[in-house]
Amino acid sequence: MKVAILKYNAGNVFSVLHALKRIGVDAAVTDDPTYLRSADRVIFPGVGEASTAMGYLREHGLDELIKSLTQPVLGICIGMQLLCRHSEEGNTPCIGIFDVPVRRFDNSAAPDMKIPHMGWNTIEAAPGKLIDARSAAGYLYFVHSFYAPVCEHTIATCNYITPFSAALHKDNFYATQFHPEKSGSVGETILKNFITL
Amino acid sequence: MLARRIIPCLDVKDGTTVKGVNFVNFKNAGDPVALGKRYCDEGADELVFLDITASHEKRGTFIDMVRRVAENVSIPFTVGGGISSVHDVGRLLEAGADKVSVNSAALRRPELIDEIARHFGNQVCVLAIDAHCINGKWTCYLNGGRIPTGRSLFEWAREGQERGAGEILFTSMDHDGVKQGFACDALCELSSQIHIPLIASGGCGAREHFLDAFALGHADAALAASVFHFNEVEIPALKQYLHHAGIPVRL
Repeated sequence: MKVAILKYNAGNVFSVLHALKRIGVDAAVTDDPTYLRSADRVIFPGVGEASTAMGYLREHGLDELIKSLTQPVLGICIGMQLLCRHSEEGNTPCIGIFDVPVRRFDNSAAPDMKIPHMGWNTIEAAPGKLIDARSAAGYLYFVHSFYAPVCEHTIATCNYITPFSAALHKDNFYATQFHPEKSGSVGETILKNFITL
Repeated sequence: MLARRIIPCLDVKDGTTVKGVNFVNFKNAGDPVALGKRYCDEGADELVFLDITASHEKRGTFIDMVRRVAENVSIPFTVGGGISSVHDVGRLLEAGADKVSVNSAALRRPELIDEIARHFGNQVCVLAIDAHCINGKWTCYLNGGRIPTGRSLFEWAREGQERGAGEILFTSMDHDGVKQGFACDALCELSSQIHIPLIASGGCGAREHFLDAFALGHADAALAASVFHFNEVEIPALKQYLHHAGIPVRL
């Protein structure tokens, strides 16, 4: 099993590497197109700002590369948002696997709801291959100020200010708004599920 | 529902966890990596590692320890102490830290917050504020509570938020180490003035104090050190207690 973690200018790529190590999976952090194309699994992680990250991906031709991948791909947090059509963060056109716009949380109707949405929250998901029943009942770690609305690709929802997509799935593309690599044993199970899809 | 967070803080000096009484006398509380992993396994929601003497002694940050923590814990952790540039932040994130906290360097040069937020996103930047209440006025202090700045806690927290901080970590120097509870009135006031998450710090001596920080102080998270290091409060029992008191926690 060859697992590649996409290396780009967003933080936390190494957190994913460490998390995979803890579940006994060796992965390579790389931006080499040949390696990424030949990998059995590709993880597209990230913590960062959408326009900066997207600019980097474009400059290095990685946006087109990601689009062309046919093996299971997992986008995490900003990785998930960049797989969407457009992000309000920096008014950024994104990769467009998921035909949904990423919006900024608006707490004007509920000013006591803090932004970013930061911390451990519950989700609602029909048990599936990525998110099994036990994981769906657990807490997951979120940290984000932008969200993908619930759409046809939504496989898990979370409710904070408004219901939003906690996870998306379309064809070989999977994505989570939460950080499985930072979500304790529940997150490690979800990563394992992705590896064994 | 979003859970309130319990955050053990590991103050680190020369690779060892320490906790001072009012930041001066230190008691050894063990190896930071082993301790961090233990807290993670016990149900801590996040960890903070502060190199508490870094800015005073002009020491750099502790990349190797950060890397070992990242390898061993599966929950988010923040690293602070001596961070004064985007370059410092990049190295820490690359070593596996999720967030960084800035304190003295940001007070000296507030643009640091803007720079971190722009490069790495708001959520990476935790603005730590040490404050004393003097004649009823909360004032910010530099270098682990050693140097007064004359700046108001509330005004600085709001400015930090506007500049792009993702969270405020407020330590009451008056309460820190005294174990009589958090500065709940100041927390409540601060929470009402900002729209980013607020972490309560300083003064925790018993599980009731956590409840007060959430119920009275409206904090989003509560941080403590010695009560955890010396087993005076155990995290699983604390969470059960909070749960039964109606506070949403991750069980």
